[in-house]
Amino acid sequence: MTTATAVWRKRGTAALGAGAPVYALLAVLFAALALTNPDFYEPDRFLAFVKRTAPLVILAAGQYLVVVSGEFDLSVGAVVTAGVVVAAELYGSFPEAHWLVISLALLLAGAVAGLANGLITTFLRVPSFITTLGMMLILEGAVFYWAGGSPHGVLPEDFRILGRGSAFGWLPWAALACLAAGVLAVWLMRSDFGRTLIATGDSERTATLSGVRTHRVRVLAFVLSGVAAALTAILVGGFSGVSAQAGRGYEFEAITAVVLGGVALGGGRGSVVSAMAGAFSLQALFTLLNLQGVSGALESTVQGVIVIAAVGLGAANWSRLRRTRTRSSGGTPS
Amino acid sequence: MTTLLSMQHVSKSFLGVSVLHDVSLDLEAGEIHALVGENGAGKSTLMKVAAGEHIPDAGTIHLDGTAHRFTHPSQAQAAGVGIIHQEFALLGHRTVAENVFLGREPTRRGLVDRRAMEERTAQLLAELGETAITPRMYVRDLSVARMQTVEIVKALASDVRVLVMDEPTAPLAEHEAGLLHDLVRRLAGRGLGILYISHRLREVFDLSRRITVLKDGRHVTTLLTEQTDTNAVVRAMVGRELSAYYPQRARPEEIGDVRLAVRGGGNGRLSGIDIELRAGEITGIGGLQGSGRTSLARALFGDAPFTEGTMTVANHTLRPTSPRQAIRAGIALVTEDRKAEGLALRQSVRDNALLVTRAIPARGRRSAAGSIGQLLERVRLHARSGDQQVQFLSGGNQQKVVIAKWLAARPRVLLFDEPTRGVDVGAKAAVHTLVRELAREGLAVLIISSELPELIGMSDRILVMADGRIVGELPAGAGEEDIMRLATASADREAVA
Repeated sequence: MTTATAVWRKRGTAALGAGAPVYALLAVLFAALALTNPDFYEPDRFLAFVKRTAPLVILAAGQYLVVVSGEFDLSVGAVVTAGVVVAAELYGSFPEAHWLVISLALLLAGAVAGLANGLITTFLRVPSFITTLGMMLILEGAVFYWAGGSPHGVLPEDFRILGRGSAFGWLPWAALACLAAGVLAVWLMRSDFGRTLIATGDSERTATLSGVRTHRVRVLAFVLSGVAAALTAILVGGFSGVSAQAGRGYEFEAITAVVLGGVALGGGRGSVVSAMAGAFSLQALFTLLNLQGVSGALESTVQGVIVIAAVGLGAANWSRLRRTRTRSSGGTPS
Repeated sequence: MTTLLSMQHVSKSFLGVSVLHDVSLDLEAGEIHALVGENGAGKSTLMKVAAGEHIPDAGTIHLDGTAHRFTHPSQAQAAGVGIIHQEFALLGHRTVAENVFLGREPTRRGLVDRRAMEERTAQLLAELGETAITPRMYVRDLSVARMQTVEIVKALASDVRVLVMDEPTAPLAEHEAGLLHDLVRRLAGRGLGILYISHRLREVFDLSRRITVLKDGRHVTTLLTEQTDTNAVVRAMVGRELSAYYPQRARPEEIGDVRLAVRGGGNGRLSGIDIELRAGEITGIGGLQGSGRTSLARALFGDAPFTEGTMTVANHTLRPTSPRQAIRAGIALVTEDRKAEGLALRQSVRDNALLVTRAIPARGRRSAAGSIGQLLERVRLHARSGDQQVQFLSGGNQQKVVIAKWLAARPRVLLFDEPTRGVDVGAKAAVHTLVRELAREGLAVLIISSELPELIGMSDRILVMADGRIVGELPAGAGEEDIMRLATASADREAVA
């Protein structure tokens, strides 16, 4: 292959490949929002939008880590619900507890749920789709049982501030949390951990033969996804209070956002920034539909169409790869 | 002879990149027509155009004088063009007969007629003189060579008259390749036209009536085999003479201490392995497919570990039980299957080259930006290619990335399993030179190769394996016959077992 060809291809991949389309989409949606509602870019309206989107962005970043390693995490919605309900229950038992203690307890619990997902998926070789689906059902049932059918208790103001308060009176804490999570995620993906994670998602066999502890790397991705879900729970609990539906549907929204960001299901391709841009796009789309008077009931329908379309369009870039994969499975060691 | 297939002025580009430019080729009935060229020359693309897998942008295809415009492989197949890919399209969990008739099963009253299927398969196998395969065997239980035979039977079952074979002997050991050559000749003898892609010039000269050389997507020349020689073909392929085929061997004083030693090593596939790898020396491993060569490399690398015997690495006793342990001890393995085991294809050259040092950061790590440039330069890759996805590189450059990955980890022992498989002629020489340089710098090198000229050309001594054992040692410059004699001495026993 000549160098000219290679350079051309590289550019082609950069332009058509993962990432680029989602930014164009986001720009189009923001433009449409401005046309529909000129007030959208008023600072407080826009910051309110960011605040609403922050939980999904954080979840998408966590989900990205799992998806890029070649797995799924369907349990994040249930972790969010569980987090909110558990926080309320904890405050019921320890009304005087410091918000920081409760928050750390939630983050730890999220990490434990992720650890369980990771260990079961890697060491017991249960497909993550099943593991995390099971975890989702287990958590939903357990929370329902613990809350005695309907959650009770209230979350005190100091706990809720992260979800609905603002720093300096104007900058939502949620936006800062979202930014911090984003910076952390980008840093992680540039670290040795991130590079070996994405290599594991691309080719587990290659990673293993290169000395990567693929199980450990994947488990860590699940743990981080669990922590992201717990952080989301803190934001959602603050924003909308205690409810047994707090996290319902978030797992699919997060996966939709990741897919919309051009991250390949099956692992190995896509960037965490475009996954987070995918979350913004999804929220912008919902907002736009809302402003246009489309029934909120259709949100999941829209989401379904998006997931299929995004994966379908991504498949065009995939066809090369699939061939390589089939090819490699044909080899027989001597 | 009559012209069976004629492709005229075929051009094809992908996303604006021209891959074939005005290429013409014809094939006569009963002819074996070899197609050679470096990787990326457009051989496979041309063949895929012939087989209906790619639609040409320009040009015509005539079969028996009738113009065809294939838009799907099934159309080409119906017209009589079959293709055998490098990677087989077989389902391991189905029987031979089911594979042969996959997608066009004979039916009786709406149900698959298994008996007809099996009878026809048995008949075709018998025609090929293949007695070791029966229609009811599961494909996953067959050797690579036999899977290939099933592919050929599959093509014959749809009455093809033109058979395209893309590097059919690449996965085969020498004696299996010989059997395949006989088979190909028989097929040509029955009037089939055979388009035969190969990197192995010796077999090209053995088999073909004519040789067509492609370079950079263009037709360079078509030669009558009996009127040309290897040098002329190589010159046409690379546009230059390859002066010395292999670098100089090690002088005795360049060979140093034992870096890796195994005594009585064994596992399920290996037994009684005694081997010493010395600094500065290239040890070659010869043997047939399935003789345990790859198993040996995997055992040394801890991937399929030894379960008995002792192993010492740089005077420390260590029997690695995982690749990670082996890497930490300074052992590196360049695997046979580069795409599945050597590279993360969608990642950049840089990410691939740094994978080992990122997985095991402790070992001699420098600032990534400084060392990556040196690393790529060391393996003679352009540093500016660092951001490219490795899947878009040629086979030769991909192999250089794999080598760079290991050099970054500063190994003491470097194991190569088929170092130049799927690597074009020009890059092959570069890889050979590089491997010799590394040995000269004091690495202990082991090379497994099914290509005897490579094995002989590169090795300072050659160990021959059969039945999971090392059955003999030959000095530098041993002949191909010596190797084959040792390798096949126990092959009859193997066949019985």
